Formats: sequence, structure tokens, C-alpha cells
Amino acid sequence: MVEPPGPYDAVDSLVGLAATLRSTGVQVSTDRVHAAVAALAQLDPLRRADVYWAGRLTLCGTPDDLARYDTAFAAYFGDRPGAVVRRQRLTTRQLQLVAEPGDPGSGSDGEGEAAPMVAAASTVEQLRHRDVTTMDAAEKEHLRRLLAALRLPGERRATRRLRPSLRGQVDGGRTLRAWLAAGGEPAQLRHRAPSTRPRRVVLLVDVSGSMEGYAEALLRFAHAASRRGGAHAAPSRGAADPTEVFALGTRLTRITREMALRDPDAAMAAVATALVDAGGGTRLGELLKQFLDAWGQRGTARGAVVVLLSDGWERGDATLLGEQVARLHRLAHRVVWSNPRKAAPGYAPLAAGMAAALPHVDDFVEGHSLAALEHLAAVVRGAAAGEGGATSRSTAGRSPAGRRGAPGVRGPAGPSGKEPARA
Amino acid sequence: MQDPAGLARSLTRAGYFADEGVATAAYLALALPRPLFLEGEAGVGKTALAHALATVVGADLLRLQCYEGIDASQALYDWDFPRQLLHLRAAESAGTATGAGDADRLEHEVYSRRFLLARPLLAALETSPAVLLVDEVDRADDEFEAFLLEVLSDYTVTVPELGTVRAEVPPIVVVTSNRTREVHDALKRRCLYHWVEHPRFDREVEIVRARVPEASAALAAQVAAAVGVLRAEDLLKPPGVAETIDWTLALVALGADRLDADTATATLGAVLKYREDQLHASRLDVQKMITTAVAGG
Repeated sequence: MVEPPGPYDAVDSLVGLAATLRSTGVQVSTDRVHAAVAALAQLDPLRRADVYWAGRLTLCGTPDDLARYDTAFAAYFGDRPGAVVRRQRLTTRQLQLVAEPGDPGSGSDGEGEAAPMVAAASTVEQLRHRDVTTMDAAEKEHLRRLLAALRLPGERRATRRLRPSLRGQVDGGRTLRAWLAAGGEPAQLRHRAPSTRPRRVVLLVDVSGSMEGYAEALLRFAHAASRRGGAHAAPSRGAADPTEVFALGTRLTRITREMALRDPDAAMAAVATALVDAGGGTRLGELLKQFLDAWGQRGTARGAVVVLLSDGWERGDATLLGEQVARLHRLAHRVVWSNPRKAAPGYAPLAAGMAAALPHVDDFVEGHSLAALEHLAAVVRGAAAGEGGATSRSTAGRSPAGRRGAPGVRGPAGPSGKEPARA
Repeated sequence: MQDPAGLARSLTRAGYFADEGVATAAYLALALPRPLFLEGEAGVGKTALAHALATVVGADLLRLQCYEGIDASQALYDWDFPRQLLHLRAAESAGTATGAGDADRLEHEVYSRRFLLARPLLAALETSPAVLLVDEVDRADDEFEAFLLEVLSDYTVTVPELGTVRAEVPPIVVVTSNRTREVHDALKRRCLYHWVEHPRFDREVEIVRARVPEASAALAAQVAAAVGVLRAEDLLKPPGVAETIDWTLALVALGADRLDADTATATLGAVLKYREDQLHASRLDVQKMITTAVAGG
């Protein structure tokens, strides 16, 4: 059934297409290119549509890749392939990357360099290449040292996976082996019981203009928090789901992948590349809706501990924000809002967005300092409680005592080592 | 089935209306052969494609529904412990288990194929030809993905007590995901990746007419067009093809041969499953929606 590979120009074309695709930011591994060549050998290499599908089916891995593939295909072979283009607008970054292959916007880019492209794309959105690496050295050092000790595991929940235990249901396999070892003599019954693992944590980091002074620190916090999901994290009592991180700027950007880089500075540089829109105004409600539509409702937020790191300044409609936080509250196990402005003397949640969201927030905590972030980590772990969001708990029918390991510790607690131990 | 178009015709006879992308993906999955990884909104026909493929190639369909916490004993094989224990007791009371050699023999007996329960993955390797459908792999946790990868890479399963089971003919594998989380690259890399879209209007009419033959052509067109209008609205869950079919079935059950405002409102629960979405739809001008739908049809 397997035919020899197509003519040389077909192979060359696919390799060239793969290279173009790589320059748009899609990670195309060599075995994917092999697969593309094998696929095209089964089709007609002279038909444009066949080349398109052979490449698309093998070189792409996520829906995000598809738009980039279409761009790369058009750039490499000329015109757009007619009827098969997905109706999805390219982001400025993708266009820019196609325009400048080989230069994925290094962190030292001046803001002016990206300007012509960006200005053409939108005058409303303040799209800028943020250079997160320009934090002053002392602050960076301080944060790095202290954040290194930080972890952000979610509260533990029971799973359906069973582990050997002294109690629980009878474990047939272990019982049988024990009986066999005893020469068929009925021996003691062995048991197994559900294991537990930490809930998924979803971080939504506000990187809009009003968060200017905090965004970098919070992104570093998010990086420290998301490390434990990787292979290098100690798998203590059931590995955790990876922490999902999203940035809310003028648009929603998933930065989980960028956060997976182990080196904090490399991760920050990657995030700066991904975020072309930091520092603009935020329509929180709209972005939260985008998050829930594209990710949250499908499962990312279900049963998770969702942490919003934002000051609650809403440029758009505060009612929409209220509705969306309510929707998030119905999906998530717990919604934690960390507001860096909360610590300011005389703060009251008067910002329209914050006031609309608060009734649907389980824990409302500060987020301005490291101590506050450590407290936040304890809240996420279920070891401490924040200030509740008005009457939501009783209306949601959830008992706070039942969900928390320890009674409420109000305000930022000391170093995480001194938090009350979990039950 | 010389080319994707030929496979598309066979799929049509099996009741699945494939567009060019799906047909090419399925054709390559059969020709290369390589597992097919399908992603897309719920209800766009990912699972139905596996059923249709099984019909086309005349193979058994083995379905593995994934869920959180699924592990090898539910996906691959499990030992039938109660029967094994019974066998042990029976052998003991018959007095056949005495010497050391007998203990070995007894162990051999207890861990034999007849006490092994084949779950979908093992069954797919033992059946030929077979279509293996790994449904909603995104619901399983990531440990399970690594395990699935192992089975799919060389189509062998090793049962420590029994030996290695190898597939004579590798099954045709269809993996589906609703994208509730990102599936690991290592798994995707071994597969052909296809994002399944909602079908276009005329294709959806064909699907409805094939699935609900009792529905008139006019009703099918109206329902498909109305669903198209709903999909363009800003809904929490845009209706999929499955909902279009459900809606048509509901209308046929009510004896409707046309879609009008009253019947549409009464049966809206077949298409929209969120209260917010129903409220949203009730605010729409249903009559206008129907008019648009009819004009579109």
C-alpha cells in the first residue's frame, strides 16, 4: 500500500512549508514533516488541495495552529487556498511573525520597531511589545529569591483512582495474590480506597494599564506557581494538573506554554513576546466571557480553583463582569480574587467592576506584596481563608467550613511554613 | 476507495456526510495507517465518523469512553478476581493443590486467558479488523495519555502474568477530544490532526434528511437554517449537528411539517440546553428568525 515518496520538488515544498510554518511560531518537529511527506505520497502532489490537507493534517496540533498554517501556506505557495480557510482572524503577533521570520521579537525590541504594524492594526488597542525584563535589579533579585520557595497547589480532592489502603473496598488483585502466596488458603482481605490529588489552579492575570506596577511581579508569581505541574515537580501523593495561566490585556492570551519554560527570565521574555497588548485598557467582563467560552466552560474552570489577579477596574460594562463572574462561580470549585489595591488604607471595593464581581467571589484577598501572595497561596491550598464576598456563600449553598482545612486567618499570614497544617 | 473522494462516497452510503477535510483525514488514516485525532465542538460528528468508518471497512467498533481517573483495569484488561478466587477454592477443596509443583500449576491456571477480561484497548488488538474509538480523551488525566501512547505506538500489550499480545492487523484508531484541556504533544504527534467544523448549510440538510427520513425536505431545510441563525448568536453553547437532529426529531414527533414560531418555542429545549441561551433566544424575534431561515433555505 505504501508508495515511494513523491517527486523531490514535493518533498522540498513540504520542508519549505514546514520552515515557513515554524517562523510563525508553530513547533514543527521533524517527525511531523516525515508524516507530511508520507501523507502526500498517498495523495496527489500536483493538486493544491491535497498538498494543503496533507500538510494541515500532519503539521498542525491545535486550532491555534490552523490560522498560522493558512497564513504560512498562503505565504509559501502564493494565493489563499480558496474554500478551506477557517474564518479566524490572525492576531497581530502572528502577522508580524510571518512578516519578520527568524526574529520572534526579542525582549530588547524598542517599542518603536513594532509600531508601524501595530498602528496599522488598531489605534484603539494600545498594542505594545512590553519588555518585562526591565524590572529594576534589586526588586527582581528580591522577588526571585523569595518566589523560589513559593508553590501554588490547589485544595485536594478525591479522585476515582484507587490506592491500597487499610480501609475501603476489597482489592481483588492483591487479595488473590495474598491467597496464592498462602497456597490457596483464604488469607486476610486487602482493601483499596480513592486517592486524592490537588485541584487544578487557573490563574487569570490582569496585565492592563491600571495594573502597570504589579503585572510583572504577578506574572513572576504565576511562573513560580505553575512550575509544580512540570515533570521536575516532586510527585507527592498524586501529581497535579498543570496550572493554567491566562493574561487579560486588551485581549485574552493563554500563556501556559510560555510559563512552562523553567528559567524565570526566559519565561518572562516568552510572555513578553506573546503579550503584544499589555498596558492597554481592559474590558474585564468581555475577556472573562472569552475565557469562559473558549476554555472555562469546556472544562478548564470546572472543579478548579480560579484565581483572578486584578484591581477590578472595568473599562466596559460592569454588569457583564458581574454576570461572567457569577457564571465562573457556578463552574469553578472556588473563585479567589486577589486585588493589589485592597491593601491601600481606606480601600473599599467601589470600582464598579469590583463591586459587581464581589458577591460571586469566595475569597477576596490582597495581592500587593510577597506576604500577600504567600497568603494567597495558602488560600488556594485551602489552608487559610480570605475575606468572603458578601453573602454569596450562603446563596451558593456551600458551607465554608466544609471546604476549608482550617478556620479563617484574616489578612496576610506569615511565611507559608507557618500556615496551619492541613487536616 | 482509491482516493478521498471515493471514501467520502462510501461514508455517505454509511450515513456520514464528510467534507473534503474529513474525507482526506479519514483516507490518510486508513492508507498510512495512522491514528486520527479529531478535535472540535461537542456534537459536530466526531464520534459518528468512527461509527461510519467501521461500517465502511466492515470492522467491529470498540469504544473506550474516557473519564477522569480511568486506568489500565478499565481500559486495557482486568483479571476476573471473583472467578479466580472461586477457582482457587474449588482446587483446594478438590485436594489438587498439595506439593510445590502443584502451587506453580495452580498459579498458572489462575492466571490463564480465560480469567482475563479484555477491555476495549486489548479487545481492539485481538479483533481484526477493528475500529478503536477513544472518545473524549481530554477527560482522562495525563497519566492515561502516556499509557495510551504506549499502546498506540507499537500496538502491543504486555500482561505480566500471561505474556505479550500483539495486534496482527493494527486497528484503525480514532481519538476524539472536546478540547477541555490541551492533550499532550507526544500523543498528537503520532496522529493526524483534524479540527472538525460545524457542517455548512446544504450538508447539514443532507445529514438531517438521512438521519430523520420522516422529516419533509422543507422542514429539514428550515431547521438547519434556524440552527445556523442560532449558531451566529452569542450563545453559551452553540448547537451542534446532534442538536439539529434532536430538534428535527422533536418536531416530527409533534407532527409538524413546517417550523413556525409556536412549535419552535415549544421545542427549543431540544436545541438550547442552557437557561441563559433559552432566554437569549426568547428575546430574538422568532418569527423573523423563521423568515430568515426560510429565505436562507
